[in-house]
Amino acid sequence: MKINSPLEAYKYLPGTNCGKCGEQTCMAFAARLIDRSKKLTDCTPMLEEKFSKKLRELHVLLAPEVREVVVGVGEKAVKIGGDDVLYRHRLTFFNPTAFAYDVWDTMPENELTERVRKIQDFKKFYVGDFLKLDMVAVRCISNDPKKFADAVKKVIETTDMPLILCSFDPEVLRAGLDVAKDKNPLLYAANKDNWQQVADIAIEYDVPVTLFSPDDLDTLKSLAMTFASMGTEKLVLDPGTFPAGKDLKKTFTNFLKIRRAGVEGDKDIAYPIMAVPLTAWMVHDDAVSASYWETVIASIFTIKYGDVMIMHSIEPYALLPQLHIRDTIYTDPRKPVSVQPAMYKIGNPDRDSPVLVTTNFALTYYTVESDLASSKIDCYLWAIDTDGIGVEAAVAGGQLTAAKIKKGIEDSGFNLKNDTTHNTIVLPGLAARLQGDVEDETGSRVMIGPADSGRLPGWMEKNWPPKAE
Amino acid sequence: MTKKTKLTDITNLFKDFDIEALEGVTIEGDIELNITGGGGLNPALAYALGQEISHISLHMANIGRILGYPVDQLFSQALGMGTAGALSPVGEMAATKARVQELLAAKFEVASATNWNNPIQEVTLGATSSNGGSRKNTITLGGENALPYYFDAEMPHRNYVTMDVFDMPIGMAKAVKSNYDDVMNDPAEWAKKVVKKFNADMVTIHLISTDPLIKDTSARDAAKVVEDVLQAVDVPIVIGGSGNPQKDPEVLEKAAEAAAGERVLLASASLNLDYERIAKAAINNGHVVLSWTQLEINAQKELNRKLMKQCNVPRDSIIMDPTTAALGYGLDYAYSNMERIRLAGLMGDDELTFPMSSGTTNAWGAREAWMVSSPQTQDSEWGPREYRGPIWEIITGLALSLAGNDMFMMMHPASVQVLKEITQTLYGSIESKTVDITNWIGAEV
Ligand code: B12
Ligand code: SF4
Repeated sequence: MKINSPLEAYKYLPGTNCGKCGEQTCMAFAARLIDRSKKLTDCTPMLEEKFSKKLRELHVLLAPEVREVVVGVGEKAVKIGGDDVLYRHRLTFFNPTAFAYDVWDTMPENELTERVRKIQDFKKFYVGDFLKLDMVAVRCISNDPKKFADAVKKVIETTDMPLILCSFDPEVLRAGLDVAKDKNPLLYAANKDNWQQVADIAIEYDVPVTLFSPDDLDTLKSLAMTFASMGTEKLVLDPGTFPAGKDLKKTFTNFLKIRRAGVEGDKDIAYPIMAVPLTAWMVHDDAVSASYWETVIASIFTIKYGDVMIMHSIEPYALLPQLHIRDTIYTDPRKPVSVQPAMYKIGNPDRDSPVLVTTNFALTYYTVESDLASSKIDCYLWAIDTDGIGVEAAVAGGQLTAAKIKKGIEDSGFNLKNDTTHNTIVLPGLAARLQGDVEDETGSRVMIGPADSGRLPGWMEKNWPPKAE
Repeated sequence: MTKKTKLTDITNLFKDFDIEALEGVTIEGDIELNITGGGGLNPALAYALGQEISHISLHMANIGRILGYPVDQLFSQALGMGTAGALSPVGEMAATKARVQELLAAKFEVASATNWNNPIQEVTLGATSSNGGSRKNTITLGGENALPYYFDAEMPHRNYVTMDVFDMPIGMAKAVKSNYDDVMNDPAEWAKKVVKKFNADMVTIHLISTDPLIKDTSARDAAKVVEDVLQAVDVPIVIGGSGNPQKDPEVLEKAAEAAAGERVLLASASLNLDYERIAKAAINNGHVVLSWTQLEINAQKELNRKLMKQCNVPRDSIIMDPTTAALGYGLDYAYSNMERIRLAGLMGDDELTFPMSSGTTNAWGAREAWMVSSPQTQDSEWGPREYRGPIWEIITGLALSLAGNDMFMMMHPASVQVLKEITQTLYGSIESKTVDITNWIGAEV
């Protein structure tokens, strides 16, 4: 972004405070443009003819330093790049790294479809949503355009995830694109040998294309400038991912250099960056070591500026940390981490259903809620206002107390004696030390649940309904 | 690709045990499988357990492989099997230079950082005989002039790993525990094992039994354990209390006296205990203080300031622990907290220019690291936990290494091995054959 204060953006806005953008004032809207939580087009008056010049100017000023590139079509399309800062706490990182997993054109058909399905279906619940994989990369091993096209076709029939078509042979890429032309796939790759033909294809089909120049940033930059001069800026840069030793260190340095140059204003190289952790499989010959190193490399480049990457292992012990490190780095540090303190109904609770207590820390609340919901336990769950602190820290720090629990339940208008048959509260195992206090404070019976809410189903089977005293 | 076995069946089996609550078979915290009570196992159960044990040994063997042990050799000797085939070589690309002239000429350039002008303080742990101690070597942390591994300035020292040793047996994830079963009751042997077998750079002796709620071991007895550990190993050590704010100052004081002259790291001074007493113990006996705060940059500044100004701890005797939250459990805070601290230090905030230490072991608290399977019925299979645990610890540590962390407190030997290798790779001291990636697309993997 070329400007960084709301005042600078304000100068371009209509200044009528009409409120159509959902903000009270143009100034407030300007602030939202600067922190990128609203789009310029949300101000509909700006779209009028008389503002068209200002609109264009402001659009340029607000454009992120690193270009955004879209791959795929429809709901599953991914947007990559678009970053403005080198450190996430300075704003936030935009457009999470897109994770692609490979298939290859020499795979038997049934194995290919099964693998694609696994990639498509993998999911892991986390804080109210599922973490998922994004793309399929089709590698040409056969060197046969026909075989490659067949494989691409099979993938398209199996999934609507975005594709990366991988070959250095322009004929192969063309054959794949003929099949996938409506899918806006990412081409991989143009290099210093094939760039002219690949550029022709990318421009003809109007699809994004990766430029590959292993450990040679001068050539990478000249490829990017050449492609831009030929008319396409839908570019992704691959400076090569060397999987080990000093070469890996060089790769790390290359990523840092490209992104720093881009964010500091070198437009010629301000494109999304691709990493290929898959190269770990070229040095490790057992699957666990290779998966581990692939995950390690993927994590380095998720943290340091990789925008899209190609991996091979689809073992859960590789995918889970990959998905979580991406979530870690791309979580918006500005977003609130708590849920509304309140009573939440899980399923269809009745008078016999248990009453459970937790905190309003988002990670805690969503973990507990989804553990309960996924096991179909009907119950009442209180998110007590602990200022968004988890159970153990809130007990230690005094935000989760008997008085708070009593207040939380009463504030929601719930009466344990009248609204339940059991007059019982279940506390988290990590809040066991509050048991006596909560009994005294509320006059209800207090049971201590397991330390991890993942064990609630087993615990319920043994302990619920509570035995009469 | 190698065919992989799944834990699905065993997982299901576990679930059944839990539900049916089979007499004599209990599952404690998804961590331990205890088989107790009389009577023989029925054949089906024996088979199932045999299967479980075989699977676990397979996973362990794979971990062994990561640790560099020639597992396949062992297996083929034992079972008469051949080893798996190697990767097929990668084809060469025919390079034609003809068209290169047609590319627009360009020179890539990027400036070095201009506002990192304040070096991080160097802090040395351990003392050799020439300095009044008995360590074979010392370890120096800090001294950076840039973010870790950055090209802007040479990183003067590599990262170091100190492995955890406890003064009594404690509960831990099965994948971790299986490495320490034989030394669990003997901190000195435990310390030897992590140094000799697992290549630890340092040892942390945690005096947790001193907690009044655990065993209330006296400070004097705890100091004995410190002496034993100092005898057993000759690397620099860290001494940790139990975390009890009332007892820790006394325990660390006695331990500091017992280790006088060895330049240990005393863990920790924090705002919620008598940090002044711990600081004094460090100054009087030539040690270093670990300044521990909870994910809060201003609290870190405050504590460092108090240690320096109020307690007169020299600058070369402070290391910070700004708190490690595990991957998926607050690592986003921990990462940015450390990155902000390091950047602030480099840009001139003298209250934050200290090397950092991470309790990376915290990663084992994440359910993904230790639980048999996901409690979420909609989740995809989580796969074998023997592999999930170590990588959870690795990625937690790796992320923080990139944020500026210098020293890692860790537990699992495979995690230590991989983390050391990757951090030293980024540091630039690991040699390896160059891999030709120009035609990676065609690689058979
Ligand atoms: C992140 C963290 C913090 C963050 C908290 C951020 C936040 N928004 O919560 C910060 C930095 C603020 C923090 C501060 C402190 N912390 Co802290 N912190 C942690 C840490 C690293 C992770 C905690 C976490 O997020 N867990 C994940 C969440 C999801 O877990 P959870 O809320 O407990 O929920 C689980 C269970 O409780 C259960 N559950 C939840 N609800 C329910 C409901 C029912 C019915 C049931 C059955 C189960 C159940 O299932 C959930 C999923 O597993 C832990 C160490 C660790 N690795 O565990 C220390 C830890 C919790 N902190 C600790 C301490 C002492 C503190 C401080 C008091 C330190 C200090 N002296 O300042 C302060 C208190 C601050 C305050 N309360 O204001 C101690 C607690 C020791 C103890 N047992 O008393 C711990 C264990 C670290 C340690 N070993 O010393 N901390
Ligand atoms: S819609 Fe446009 S003109 Fe109206 S208040 Fe918002 S920014 Fe101002």
